[in-house]
Amino acid sequence: MKIAIPVDETKNAVCVSFGRAPYFLFYDTQSGASDLAVNPAAEAEGGAGPKAAQFIVDSGTAVVLTPRCGENAGNVLQAAEIAVFKSVGTSIEENLTAFQEKKLEELTSFHAGFHGHQ
Amino acid sequence: MKIAVLSGKGGAGKTFAAVNLAATAPKAVYIDCDVEEPNGHLFFKPQNVTEKPVHRLLPQFDSTLCNGCRQCVDFCHFNALVYIKEKPTVFSEICHSCGGCLLLCPQKAVSEIEYPVGILQKGTHEQVEVITGVLNLGEASAVPVISAALAENKGTEFLTVIDCPPGSSCSVMESISEADYCLLVVEPTAFGFHNFRMVHELVTLLGKPCGVMMNKLDNPYLPLEEFCQENNLPVLLRMPYGENIAQATADGKILVEIDEQAKRLFQDLLQQIEAAVRS
Repeated sequence: MKIAIPVDETKNAVCVSFGRAPYFLFYDTQSGASDLAVNPAAEAEGGAGPKAAQFIVDSGTAVVLTPRCGENAGNVLQAAEIAVFKSVGTSIEENLTAFQEKKLEELTSFHAGFHGHQ
Repeated sequence: MKIAVLSGKGGAGKTFAAVNLAATAPKAVYIDCDVEEPNGHLFFKPQNVTEKPVHRLLPQFDSTLCNGCRQCVDFCHFNALVYIKEKPTVFSEICHSCGGCLLLCPQKAVSEIEYPVGILQKGTHEQVEVITGVLNLGEASAVPVISAALAENKGTEFLTVIDCPPGSSCSVMESISEADYCLLVVEPTAFGFHNFRMVHELVTLLGKPCGVMMNKLDNPYLPLEEFCQENNLPVLLRMPYGENIAQATADGKILVEIDEQAKRLFQDLLQQIEAAVRS
């Protein structure tokens, strides 16, 4: 199973934003391998949420761990049947461990997706 | 001749200026492009109002024709399209109705449907034709309604006064797109001046001739005066703070219809703009 986490510019901590996170970390629970990829939506003028979510969908990810997530990105992830769990703190390793020990909760609230851009 | 009235900051007096300018001319069209909260009609109280809906186009996808090439998703500059479970889906509030996906689709799987975004109201007040754009609540973009309101007036020979939305973003750019002249209404405050510079930058970028109306002016605001001098911006009207003006506005009255002195000020303003456009 593949897990995705938004990662900030330090490349070492969970990012507060999903759609505009500079990177995503993909972690494979079978092999234990992890791969840091540039988020192609990070600097999108608009629609970063859906574009980032599309990137996650196309990567074959089963689970996303994120502190928060916009409505539009949430809709894409849900439509693709990707589970979204709420990360705790900024440590990537601790969140991966916590998820595998079933200590994270599902993210149920998605903030308003479109921030009034025209 | 088309005059757009804009200010950046809300509450500077765009509607006051636009309504009185239109009411001053022998014959005019007033277009309220502040479609999120149009209020020119509060003063004109237009008669014989007719309404018509404004739509924009949204793509829809025929999944029996779509082969999943995703050219539409990759093309969409606004990231309004996603491809999930072997079909494209549109996010209506992100889509700018550009029609690119329809043109691009090699499978002809894209068609367009009309999606209602607002209404246009058209009525008259004395010699003024009043066109009001009204955006539906919750819609993200005002541009389709503004563009429809402007199109409603295509080919007119009369003076057209365009009451713009506040700000200096897409909706303002659309509102001034066909203007021959931009009247920048500014309040002599730090906040008013800050946003005034933003709209000044916009009209300069678009190459529109412009002039300044200082409104609610008790004492000159020096940074604003200096800015106008340095940039050779003509100050066409200095409208004083006046209890009579506030009272007329609060009563929903049009100042030039009840105040001869104000009427002369606005006639003079209109003449200066006409002369600037002719030259």
